[in-house]
Amino acid sequence: MKAHLSRRYLFSASHRLHSDAMTDAENQVTYGKCNNPYGHGHNYIVEITVSGPVDEKTGMVCNLTDLDGFIEREVLARYDHENLNTLKDFARDVPTTENLCIQIYEILHRGFPHAHLERVRLEETMMNSFEFAGE
Amino acid sequence: MVYLTRKAEFSASHYYHNPDFSPEENRRVFGKCNNPNGHGHNYTLEVTVKGEVNPRSGFVVDLKQLKDVMHREVLDAMDHRFLNKEVPEFLHQIPTTENIAIAIWRRLETKLASAQLHRVRVYETPDLFVDFYGEA
Repeated sequence: MKAHLSRRYLFSASHRLHSDAMTDAENQVTYGKCNNPYGHGHNYIVEITVSGPVDEKTGMVCNLTDLDGFIEREVLARYDHENLNTLKDFARDVPTTENLCIQIYEILHRGFPHAHLERVRLEETMMNSFEFAGE
Repeated sequence: MVYLTRKAEFSASHYYHNPDFSPEENRRVFGKCNNPNGHGHNYTLEVTVKGEVNPRSGFVVDLKQLKDVMHREVLDAMDHRFLNKEVPEFLHQIPTTENIAIAIWRRLETKLASAQLHRVRVYETPDLFVDFYGEA
């Protein structure tokens, strides 16, 4: 029996949306308030969905200890209470929530062996969220 | 095709234990959840059905009927129960959220009159949930 398991984690980080490929005026028009040079922050909620057969011995798709440990080490330790613009992950890409969502997907896709990654969903605020399923 | 989702809540206790594992293995695999006295959760169940909108009623499914089926088949059996000891599916199977979602799917699958079951989602906490789509 194949099931999907989803787990949500919270982290807080700041960012500034600014593209070196645009003029200051273009940046201002494109990103509005988010272009404020000092940056601003969010409480992000990241929702990870993995899938797989339910193991008959454990009743689990994957052990939550493995998922929690991986997310703690590879995602939360990297992003929580950081300024995203200063991280090497965003040396080239603008730290929009789209790009952050893709980064988190790639981290899991590369490094999490215990279940199949279905989707990463990232809430920037209660009013907006982004999903990436590797497409 | 229209999808309709109905929510319900139930509270239950459970613990995780595999009699084929040694006590050490049970503790290692299941951690705190292995406490034999059990612990509890407020579960939220979301049942999603799908179907064409009936041109006469405008309904995909009669919500009253869906609510009654969910109460009869799921909540009456699981609400305020110790799942390992009181729900037949879990006398010999570990009541993980995965297995609870599968058990609820099986309880509902054949009981819906007009619409087809699409998804059973069970939240163990607001930050942990399982989806089952009836896939083998």
